[in-house]
Amino acid sequence: MKLQNMFKKTNRRNRSTFSESRPEVPEGLLRKCNKCGAAIIAEDVREGNYICPKCHGYFRVHARRRIEMIADPDTFEEWDDELVTCNPLQFRGYEEKVAALQEKTGLKEAVVTGRAEIEGQPAVIGVCDGRFLMASMGEAVGEKITRAVERATREKLPVILFACSGGARMQEGIVSLMQMAKTSAALKRHSDAGQLYISVLTDPTTGGVTASFAMLGDIILAEPNALIGFAGPRGEASERLPAVGISSGAWFY
Amino acid sequence: MLGQILKMHAGAPREMVKNQKYGTGISTGNPHPWENAGAESAEYGKVRNAWESVQISRQKERPVGGDYISHLFSDFMELHGDRYYKDDPAIIGGLAYFHGIPVTVIAQAKGKSTKENVEHNFGMPSPDGYRKALRLMKQAEKFGRPVICFVDTPGAFCGLEAEERGQGEAIARNLFELSSLETPILSVIIGEGGSGGALAMAVADEVWMLENSVYSILSPEGFASILWKDSKRADEAAEVMKLTASDLKSLRIIEKIVPEPENYTEENMGPVCEVLESAVSVFLETYCGMGPEELTRKRYQRFREM
Repeated sequence: MKLQNMFKKTNRRNRSTFSESRPEVPEGLLRKCNKCGAAIIAEDVREGNYICPKCHGYFRVHARRRIEMIADPDTFEEWDDELVTCNPLQFRGYEEKVAALQEKTGLKEAVVTGRAEIEGQPAVIGVCDGRFLMASMGEAVGEKITRAVERATREKLPVILFACSGGARMQEGIVSLMQMAKTSAALKRHSDAGQLYISVLTDPTTGGVTASFAMLGDIILAEPNALIGFAGPRGEASERLPAVGISSGAWFY
Repeated sequence: MLGQILKMHAGAPREMVKNQKYGTGISTGNPHPWENAGAESAEYGKVRNAWESVQISRQKERPVGGDYISHLFSDFMELHGDRYYKDDPAIIGGLAYFHGIPVTVIAQAKGKSTKENVEHNFGMPSPDGYRKALRLMKQAEKFGRPVICFVDTPGAFCGLEAEERGQGEAIARNLFELSSLETPILSVIIGEGGSGGALAMAVADEVWMLENSVYSILSPEGFASILWKDSKRADEAAEVMKLTASDLKSLRIIEKIVPEPENYTEENMGPVCEVLESAVSVFLETYCGMGPEELTRKRYQRFREM
C-alpha cells in the first residue's frame, strides 16, 4: 500500500450510511400543486377545499369528491351510471383504454350525473372527472348529460354542470362532434321551459365542451386561473398563445 | 333597393312554397338522372380512399360558397356585420330568391386566389362570423324564410383575437339557437367540414355532403398529432376517423351525398347545381309544409339519435 493512501480521506462509508438512512416520504402524503409546483400535505389539501394554501390555485377534484363537497349529505341520487361507449368508430385500442380507466377510477365514464340537494334546494348536477381521458366528451358523456337535462326539464329542476374537459373525444370522431349539438339542444329546451342552468368552469375547460354546454349557462361561474378556451394548448392554433393560458380568472358571467 | 327589399318581404315564403307559387317543373320528386350515374359511371362517383377525399376537399380550384350562391340563387343581396363588433369576411350571407321564393343563404367563404384567401381568412370564421350567421338566421325565422347554408371551413379561427371575443361561446350559441329555430334549415358541406366551426352552421333539418367533401371532429393532421404524436400519419388518421361522405351516410350523420365530377371546378359545376336545385326544391316542399312544432321536434330528434 502506498504511503499517501494510508492518510487518504474516504467518506464512502459515511456517504452510503447517509443514503440508506435518508427518510422516504410515504406515498400519498404529499400532493403537488399544478399551478405553483409546491408540495402540500394531502390532508391540508382536503381540509382546504382543494385550494393550494401557497398560491390559492384550485386543485382538480374527482367527480364523486366534488359531489360530496357540494351536495347536502345523503341527498345525491346517481343516474345512468352504467352508460358506456360502444366505440362507434371501432377505434383500435380504445375499448382497452376505457376498461383500464374504469378499473383505475371506479367510474364507467367521464361524467357523473344525478339529482342532489344543495342547501335544501333540489338540482340536477353533472360533474366531469378529468382522470377519464381528460373528461373528453364522447357519446356516453353526451348521452348522460342530455338525459340529465331532459329529466330536469320534465321534473322542472335547475341544472348545474361542472365542466372540466380537454374537449371532444377524438377516438369517437364525428360522433363526439354531434354530442355538442345534442347537449346544446337539450339545454335549449330546458331554457325554453324557464329553468335555470348554472355552468361551472373548472380547470381546464377547452375545445368542444367550451363550444357547447359549458358556455351556455344562464349564469357561468369559473375557478380562479382556470384554463378556459376554445383552441386548447395542443390544438392547431396558428399563433403562440400566452403560456399562462388562453383565458383565466374568476368572474361571473 | 328599398323596393327590392319590400318586395322580398311582401309574401310569406313558406306559404308560397306550399302553394307552389314558384313555378312548376323544378321538383319532380325523382332523383336527377346524373345523380344515379355515380354508381355505374367511370367519370362520377369514383371510389376513393379517405385521404384522397381530404386532399380533394382542400383543392383551391374547387367551387367555393360564393359560386354556389351565384349558380343556385338569384338577386343575392349580401348583408354584413354582427351588429356588435365587425363584419367577418369568412362568412357571406344575405337574402336571395330560389325560383321566386325568398330565402336566406349563408356560406362559409374561401377564396380562389391567395389574395382572396387572405381576405377571407382562409374560410376560418371568427366569432363575429358566427354571430352574423345567427343574426341572419333569426331574421329568416322572423320572416318565415328557409335558410340554406354552405359549409366549407378547415375550422373556426383559433387565434388570440377569436378567443378574446368568445369563439367557444359564439359556436355554442349557434348550436343552442339553431336547434329550435322555427324555419327550415338545410346545410350542404361543399368542401371541408371542420369540426365545431362547421357544426355551428350545420344544426339543420338535413345535412348533405358533396361526394369528396369531408366532415370531422378535427383535421387528420390534428388527430394524428394528438393521438399518435405524429402529424405525418394524417393519411392513416383519415382512414380511421370515418370522415368521408359515404362514411357519414353509413353512420346516419347526413342524409344525402351529392355526386361531383373528376377535377371539380366552377367551370364544370353545372350538373352538380342541377342536382342540388332539384334536391333543394324537394327539401323546401317537404319542410315548408311542416308547422314549427313538428319541424323543431324532428330536428331535435335527428340530433338526439346521434
